[in-house]
Amino acid sequence: MTDAATPEPLLRVRGLTKHFPARGGRRRSGPVRAVDGLDFEVRAGETLGLVGESGCGKTTTGRLLVRLLEPTGGSIEFAGRDITHAGRRKLRPLRPDLQIIFQDPYASLNPRHTVGRIIAMPLQVNGITPAGGRKARVRELMELVGLNPEHYDRYPHEFSGGQRQRIGIARALAPGPRLVVADEPVSALDVSIQAQVVNLLRDLQRELGLAFVFIAHDLAVVRHFCQRVAVMYLGRIVEIGARDDIYERPRHPYTRALLSAVPEVTRSGPADRIRLTGDVPSALDPPSGCRFRTRCPKARDRCSVEEPALTRRDGADQAIACHYPEPEPGAVG
Amino acid sequence: MDPYLRVEDLRVSFNTTDGVVRAVDGLSFSVERGRTLGVVGESGSGKSVTSLAILGLHDPRRATVTGGITVGGRQLIGRPESEVRRLRGRDAAMIFQDPLSALHPYYPVGRQIAEAYRVHHRGAGRAETRRRVIELLDRVGIPQPGRRYDQYPHEFSGGMRQRVMIAMALVNDPDLLIADEPTTALDVTVQAQILELLADLQAESGTAIVLITHDLGVVSQVADEVLVMYAGRAVEQGTVEQVLLRPQHPYTWGLLSSVPSLRGDAEADLRPIPGNPPSLIDVPAGCAFHPRCRYAEHTAGRCGTELPELRAAGTAGHRVACHLRTEERARRYAEDVARVGVAR
Repeated sequence: MTDAATPEPLLRVRGLTKHFPARGGRRRSGPVRAVDGLDFEVRAGETLGLVGESGCGKTTTGRLLVRLLEPTGGSIEFAGRDITHAGRRKLRPLRPDLQIIFQDPYASLNPRHTVGRIIAMPLQVNGITPAGGRKARVRELMELVGLNPEHYDRYPHEFSGGQRQRIGIARALAPGPRLVVADEPVSALDVSIQAQVVNLLRDLQRELGLAFVFIAHDLAVVRHFCQRVAVMYLGRIVEIGARDDIYERPRHPYTRALLSAVPEVTRSGPADRIRLTGDVPSALDPPSGCRFRTRCPKARDRCSVEEPALTRRDGADQAIACHYPEPEPGAVG
Repeated sequence: MDPYLRVEDLRVSFNTTDGVVRAVDGLSFSVERGRTLGVVGESGSGKSVTSLAILGLHDPRRATVTGGITVGGRQLIGRPESEVRRLRGRDAAMIFQDPLSALHPYYPVGRQIAEAYRVHHRGAGRAETRRRVIELLDRVGIPQPGRRYDQYPHEFSGGMRQRVMIAMALVNDPDLLIADEPTTALDVTVQAQILELLADLQAESGTAIVLITHDLGVVSQVADEVLVMYAGRAVEQGTVEQVLLRPQHPYTWGLLSSVPSLRGDAEADLRPIPGNPPSLIDVPAGCAFHPRCRYAEHTAGRCGTELPELRAAGTAGHRVACHLRTEERARRYAEDVARVGVAR
């Protein structure tokens, strides 16, 4: 699917699947199909946003990418190497390149370690001794993310939520990663603080040329951070493409409904909203055919029997998994 | 019309080992029947403490509540608990943010709603109560309400649970509904459904609603009036159009320019408010916002010493607590917008 002219992607995901066994319960059921066949790529220095509602599999995807979870099927290639089932030893040389920022700035920092120790941990674990020593590097990182390096010996509880998220960011950046998976990095923060952290991540991404997989439910935040966006629904990608295509010219009915449901401060009321009924169905028992059909305003008979594949027109970048997508602007059919 | 809810100079403080936390510090507002007031603020601004005070839910051993809260013409503060209890759940009800922790996991949802009904309808029989609850479940859009009556909270999705909470709040036909972040835990497509439901129910029954939220978009879509809180006080008050489209307070400007949007330049940097919200144990002297305010230097030190009162500014009904003169503030803000291109 990659254009021959573009360089080899940093991350290539093919048919990625994660099923969790469902135990207990009164009903006999199959596994929870949390992630069910994802294809996407991230090039070096590129930011890809994964958006969707709860249960769409975006967090599971993030955890699969950094190999905190073992995939059930498919493949993950990072920097040309297959890491789908790589064990601890095989992953070790790649760990510094592949880091994660967690959502909860309270739960993801060890309360008994000083900030200096927390940020130095990836250096220590990976046996990295930067020129000038680890302590100097940690102070540098603290400065980089807008923390006072004098606070090196303080503990997480002495910091506010926004500052803690900066600690998590400094820790992820410590080993000099090429790809950072950020799982809802700002959703636990107040709006004024959220903007500070989004700006910081953007500056760092540009300055250091990092690739990001940015996982969020907030479509407006993703729009401000990502060059490319993948919209997920019940374990599948329904639409993927360049940011402006997704936000200005969405072609999947779900993308359109999702965008129109976001309340914004505007003069016009919610007049043009596409209303979806009901909740997202269970991933234990996803609908047959297209998984979105039970809530889709455009669903027809074909949608319940045939699952639409994620396809793109020759030469196009935007890919859609829908039997009846919105027409491309300026294109016939 | 006389407002249904009137809050006057409300103060709520807590004694802690670290000192006295002044969570709400002199707050006044009112809401009429059939209207929605959006209370906006970040964590620690005092918005949830205010909502608990309106329903008399603060533990008197821990919290000191003073000022006036009048619901339907009756003064609440200082009344014995038995009287407050008669009002709570009947005249005024609350919807909490997290329906999973607000519902009891061991009892079927129908029974929980029935309990709320029977507290205020002592003579109600079993069949009548069940009928009433099923009618409510149906009204809030829960399919097969008769069957759902006997199901447990874990058998409901997040959106359906929030509908159960709304049904429980409405079972006694309250005249005042306090919704504390009612859609924060929900997905956007479900949030849209719940907000629409609240608006429909209000149109039917003329309930006064206090909607507490951090989401300016939600307020803009459902509220009639807005109150912006900072460090336990109101900094700006007015209609949605006044506060969100013609904001006057530097904190409101900061909030609006912090929020990323689906429109406008995606490449432009967001303009966050510098610094962090203050500790409520040690609120800055003068205007609590002054250490984070880019205009505080223009008042010859007043912002750091003198507490600004809410005063009329702009069009009728719009009130702002800021020492800068309206024209000067507007001029400086316009200069800033021209310089860095802040939208809105």
